[in-house]
Amino acid sequence: MAENLALEIRNVTKRFPGVIANDNVSFNLRKGEIHALLGENGAGKSTLMNVVYGLYAPDEGEFLVNGKKVEINGPHDAINYGIGMVHQHFMLVPVFSVTENMILGSEVTKGTSLDLKRARKEILEISEAYGLEVDPDAIVEDIPVGVQQRVEILKALYRKANILVLDEPTAVLTPQEAEDLFRVMRHLTEKGVSIIFITHKLKEILNVADRVTVMRRGKVVGHTTPAETDQQGLATMMVGRDVLLEVEKAPAQPKDVVLSVENLTIKDERNVSVVKDISFDVRAGEILGIAGVQGNGQTELAEAITGLRGIDAGEITLSGERIPFEKPRWLVEHGMGHVPEDRHKHGLVLPYDLADNMVLCTYYQKPFAGAFMVRNRDAIQKNADGLMERFDVRAPSTAVAASTLSGGNQQKVIVGREFSRPLKVLVANQPTRGLDVGSIEYIHKEIVKMRDEGVGVIVVSAELDEILSLADRIAVMFRGKIVTVIDAKDATREKLGLWMAGSNPDEE
Amino acid sequence: MKNTNQLPTEVSPLQRFLKRWGWTLAMVLGVIGITIWQYQLNAQATEAVVASTIRQSTPLVLGALCGLLGERSAVINIGIEGQMLLGAFVGFLVNVWTGNLFLAVLAAVLTGAVMGLLLAYMSVTLKMDQIIGGTVINILALGLTGYFYQVGMVTQGKLQPIPLGPLANIPIIGPAIFNNPPITYATFVLVIVVHYVLFYTKWGLRTRAVGEHPRAADTLGVDVFKIRYVNVIMGGAIAGLAGAFLTLEAVGSFERAMTNGRGFVALAVMIFGKFTPLGAWGAALLFGFANAIQTQLQFADIQIPHQFIGMLPYLLTIIVLSGFVGRTRVPAADGVPYEKE
Ligand SMILES: Nc1ncnc2c1ncn2[C@@H]1O[C@H](COP(=O)(O)OP(=O)(O)OP(=O)(O)O)[C@@H](O)[C@H]1O
Ligand SMILES: [Mg+2]
Repeated sequence: MAENLALEIRNVTKRFPGVIANDNVSFNLRKGEIHALLGENGAGKSTLMNVVYGLYAPDEGEFLVNGKKVEINGPHDAINYGIGMVHQHFMLVPVFSVTENMILGSEVTKGTSLDLKRARKEILEISEAYGLEVDPDAIVEDIPVGVQQRVEILKALYRKANILVLDEPTAVLTPQEAEDLFRVMRHLTEKGVSIIFITHKLKEILNVADRVTVMRRGKVVGHTTPAETDQQGLATMMVGRDVLLEVEKAPAQPKDVVLSVENLTIKDERNVSVVKDISFDVRAGEILGIAGVQGNGQTELAEAITGLRGIDAGEITLSGERIPFEKPRWLVEHGMGHVPEDRHKHGLVLPYDLADNMVLCTYYQKPFAGAFMVRNRDAIQKNADGLMERFDVRAPSTAVAASTLSGGNQQKVIVGREFSRPLKVLVANQPTRGLDVGSIEYIHKEIVKMRDEGVGVIVVSAELDEILSLADRIAVMFRGKIVTVIDAKDATREKLGLWMAGSNPDEE
Repeated sequence: MKNTNQLPTEVSPLQRFLKRWGWTLAMVLGVIGITIWQYQLNAQATEAVVASTIRQSTPLVLGALCGLLGERSAVINIGIEGQMLLGAFVGFLVNVWTGNLFLAVLAAVLTGAVMGLLLAYMSVTLKMDQIIGGTVINILALGLTGYFYQVGMVTQGKLQPIPLGPLANIPIIGPAIFNNPPITYATFVLVIVVHYVLFYTKWGLRTRAVGEHPRAADTLGVDVFKIRYVNVIMGGAIAGLAGAFLTLEAVGSFERAMTNGRGFVALAVMIFGKFTPLGAWGAALLFGFANAIQTQLQFADIQIPHQFIGMLPYLLTIIVLSGFVGRTRVPAADGVPYEKE
């Protein structure tokens, strides 16, 4: 059996100040398999992979590649042993072309110059061989994330990787792009590449994985295969208790309109209309889901409602008051809560500690600020301790920088901050992106609780399952317009899928 | 996968060239035209202006090269002034003691390199605030040179122009370009070399990657620290050469604080040149040109207060650069120390 192992990780321990991210972890990868690595946010999956890839030096542990013991002292060694990694946050230089990104660190030269012509040709060859189409001359910041991901995979293949680590590759992809990725993954394993696949989406694991290893709090807690288990089984194994995969909620009791959007038009930086003459209402005590393939105006709509963006026509009223645009503080004070799509850019101040991040909207108010705006440390600390406990944020203390938290825990910090204020309207944009099933269950429960307390909720999500299970009414956006608003009871995946693609299922 | 992205559409190279360089080309042609016209009116003054343009621009380009090597790899260097000053001083001292100009230049370059090493140590290894690091160097240089300089030290000559055969006799540009002392020639070569290294070699690709997204470079096995160290040290050496230009080529002696803000003007030149050597050269020449005209105007008997004429270089620079140079893009990671874990 030992002969057919592409990679063996033995007894790896990695400590960070205040946390043991990996505690005596062992893991193996057979040749040509897709091995899923599953675990809660902060379980230590990315850390383990970064250790294998030489980015973090482990405190203990050893590695075998193709049965031979190897020393990995940096990414350079990992690359030499045929290990390639696509990181959770892409590692591409935005201003470089695809070709330049591809060859960086393994440059082909002619004399003293870079040989971009030859590199370009080689890239086209591999991209054809693996069915991963890219334009070698495109500038990376101009291409969609799905294509950027292809570039990341090609980068690894260009370095002749036969062990490929994919850290949450589907978190930012549309369902269609994810399907394409799975096809590529199967194709790669046929060519002898072995893949470690990290994801929080249990369906995907059942779909593509050959084996599954589950981690919890830095330790491996079990192994299984898709044949032996189902979504519920995986969830239980990972969280350590039974998880509700479906949201439990009573029928909505909608009351007065709290937010109303009238004839809203928004143009983007290039003066193209991205939201076109949209009107809708949200009532207190209901959840309006906004579905749609990413890039159909949802982001801009959410930004306008939460005051982050100006508009070009129309108006928005919050409990009867017309809202001023680009004045987020006015909105905060009038009961608007926002869980932003990009948590690093709009949700957190990454270098600040957790306690400060938890009072970002209210730091100047009582009790967090006293006379002369002097901060009241005790109140801030008490607030933080309460939220950490209530929202189960896993971090060594409230004094660590937000940047050191795992993605899921960062999201909980934001949710905790927004949900603990008195709200009238809540806009949650991709509220569970990158979260584990336990956290998703929790956040969904909290959103429903907000609704039942009489908050008008807007949930924007690219995940159909999330929309279907949370929303009371569903609006579908396509090319900047709301093409339909339907009752959640009448909605099915198929129907929504058709609306999202721009066709009308009732006409066919 | 679906064919969402189009394969490269061919734009004719000429079109691309014109789109990118059209304005620059027009400006250069304009300047050449005006110069030839002026030359017919007053040959001597025109030759003086052109020669002075080159002379004034030399320390600025060198300083800008120093700055951009650092910033392209994400180390902000505001210590150029100090590196220049100390290079100028050490070069001067070695010339006083040995009388060997070659050794003196070498000493200036080495001094600059050592100051580069110091800056790299502070900002890369100690991860100090880079503005403070640069300020330390500036204060250090001012203090050291002020303390050790004694009035009355006599140099033994300075670098002399070397005419390049018949080329030096071409009207207008001959004396200005082909009859220069060695450091000025070296500057011409350096601009081209640094441009080539930065945009056409492996080292340059890695340097720019480290300046934009060091973690991405790190994940591909690029040694971020090494790239930053080497670039900042090389930059320091070039600043040292700029110092040598001042004491050993232009003036021939040393004065306290003789760099006179050139290190900071070099930073502006670097930014106006969009962090490219050729761009910086253009910006430096423009600034030098404005300065040269200003000097000529002071001689000419015009009824304008000389303070206004003194403003001319700055005004002209601002107008031209704000009118013709588009947005400058600063390397994304500029000024941020790299943390490995
Ligand atoms: N650079 C770091 N400095 C300090 N602590 C860190 C660092 N990176 C990770 N940690 C901590 O190590 C633990 C494991 O984090 P890791 O990113 O490996 O989790 P993960 O399983 O990938 O989670 P997610 O699913 O949210 O991506 C977390 O508690 C995290 O806070
Ligand atoms: Mg992770």
